[in-house]
Amino acid sequence: MSVAAKTEKVQELSGLNRTSLLKRMWKVRWFYIFMAPGILYFLIFKIWPMWGVLMAFQNYQPVKGMWGSDWVGFRHFDRFFSTPDFWNLFRNTFLIALYDLIVFFPTTIILALLLNEVRHQVYKRLVQTLVYVPHFLSWVVVVGITYILLGSEGVLNKLGGLIGLERINFLFNPDWFRPLIILQLIWKDAGWGTIIFLAALAGVNVQLYEAARIDGASRLRQVWHITLPGIRNVIVILLILRLGNFLDLGFEQIFLMLNPLNREVGEVFDTYVYRVGILEGQFSYSAAVGLFKSTVGLVLVFIANRIAKALGEEGIY
Amino acid sequence: MVYDRTLGNRIADGIIYTLLGLFALSTTVPFLYVLINSFSGTEDLWPKIWTLDAYRYIFSTDRFVRSLGVSIYITLLGTFLSLLSTSLLSYGLSNRNVPGRRAILLMVLFTILFNGGMIPTYFVVRAVGLIDTLWALMIPSMMSGFYVIVMKEFFQNIPDELKEAAQIDGAHELIIFLRIILPLSLPALAAFGLFYAVMLWNQYFSAILYIQDSQKWPIQVLLQQIVIQTSGSFGDSSAMSENMAFYGQSVRMAVVIVATVPILIVYPFLQKHFAKGVLLGSVKG
Repeated sequence: MSVAAKTEKVQELSGLNRTSLLKRMWKVRWFYIFMAPGILYFLIFKIWPMWGVLMAFQNYQPVKGMWGSDWVGFRHFDRFFSTPDFWNLFRNTFLIALYDLIVFFPTTIILALLLNEVRHQVYKRLVQTLVYVPHFLSWVVVVGITYILLGSEGVLNKLGGLIGLERINFLFNPDWFRPLIILQLIWKDAGWGTIIFLAALAGVNVQLYEAARIDGASRLRQVWHITLPGIRNVIVILLILRLGNFLDLGFEQIFLMLNPLNREVGEVFDTYVYRVGILEGQFSYSAAVGLFKSTVGLVLVFIANRIAKALGEEGIY
Repeated sequence: MVYDRTLGNRIADGIIYTLLGLFALSTTVPFLYVLINSFSGTEDLWPKIWTLDAYRYIFSTDRFVRSLGVSIYITLLGTFLSLLSTSLLSYGLSNRNVPGRRAILLMVLFTILFNGGMIPTYFVVRAVGLIDTLWALMIPSMMSGFYVIVMKEFFQNIPDELKEAAQIDGAHELIIFLRIILPLSLPALAAFGLFYAVMLWNQYFSAILYIQDSQKWPIQVLLQQIVIQTSGSFGDSSAMSENMAFYGQSVRMAVVIVATVPILIVYPFLQKHFAKGVLLGSVKG
């Protein structure tokens, strides 16, 4: 052992950690080199845009840049809150999120409960294999299949025509917008959503079922008194996560399903930001809308986590 | 679970198996229908003439072959870049002796909770000169903060003794990472690599946002143009949709199939790993 190493050892043992910061950093210099691309990525593409949101308080002009553009305070926010657009976006987002919670979310739980009752392992695996596939398809493919099947010249309308039904223009009728969004969501992700519930279900103690059976509990009662309480915490956590993220839901899906006839019921915050910001060039105004959305989203996640902890669950961070 | 084989339970089983079967069918049938009718020579509900014309046609057009090439290119290169940068950052963060580790970790966590939004990000991508280049499809979404955290947990579970043994043998840190850490992490690499690959192959909106040059469109954008825009007989009718209005049903279906087949090919590999990946993700960071 060299003298230097010995002194270091002594210092360590005596609790006198006098190795300077620089020395410790030099020791792990390779780890900084490893991390450099990743750190740069997060600084440039995630942190820089956070600083860029300041343009929401300016009349940002790309030619003048951040330093040259005029500051206007909260003017864009005032404008946004006073337009009818705001309430429209709020209503659309809220309603789609609500349908998501009362239709999609329970569907995944029911599907998981059904799968959990299947004892024939080959059948179970087959069903699982098939219902997981759509999760990996792109939204363009899912919406594309929807157009092929439900378009005015689509299969469903042709079949309906054979038995004398009138054509329904599912894709351009505002009344069909929300049901279609939820149906697509179930088709694509309900199967996938069961994975986490099935993992939780596998952890439920088998002896509880045996005890219940000896007590004469019916199958349905076993599900109600043992299975559901067994996965209660997972349900609560996922519900809260979904609530916390409800402003982010299905942007690409909604963007692809939008057309001039259903815009009134379909437009949500992100699609509005794209239309007003990128297509119409109102950069600062749309950045303000986006900032409003991100901030509300952040607050929602915090509130959701608080609720989880208040309910005695672990929370997400 | 144990149940008596009573009549009631058998009926219940029957209902459960039927319901699940129907759901599984409903996820499969639309896709099978599209697959079958892509071989149709007519516009009927069921092919009367079986033909490969639709495929022959799309593979004879430059536009289609080019966007297929774009998609393959960005998926292969993008997955490599994403995996490399993610695993390197995660490995660095998994070392408790690195000063500043917590600050970097906090930064990554914060980006999961809050983001600057579409418009500021667009200006950053523009400022670094990526607009209208294929890099715009790979770099701005190169790393997921969530995957970084999960992978860091994974690396932390590798016993320190393995690294120390190599260090005593005088191995360079880079060698330790490449020869010891990565081979031990193959399951995690496979899971995240496949997730990244699927995301890259499926991405649509970033191309709409960052790529104006139709020569650089990935397959998903072309698919949207062919299937969705031309299906609406009115609405956002651009010059684009007019010269594509003649596309028959089978061509549209064939494009859907070609845009999906790579996913179906990797699906068996995916299936082996994704459950693990999802559950890895549910471990608290």
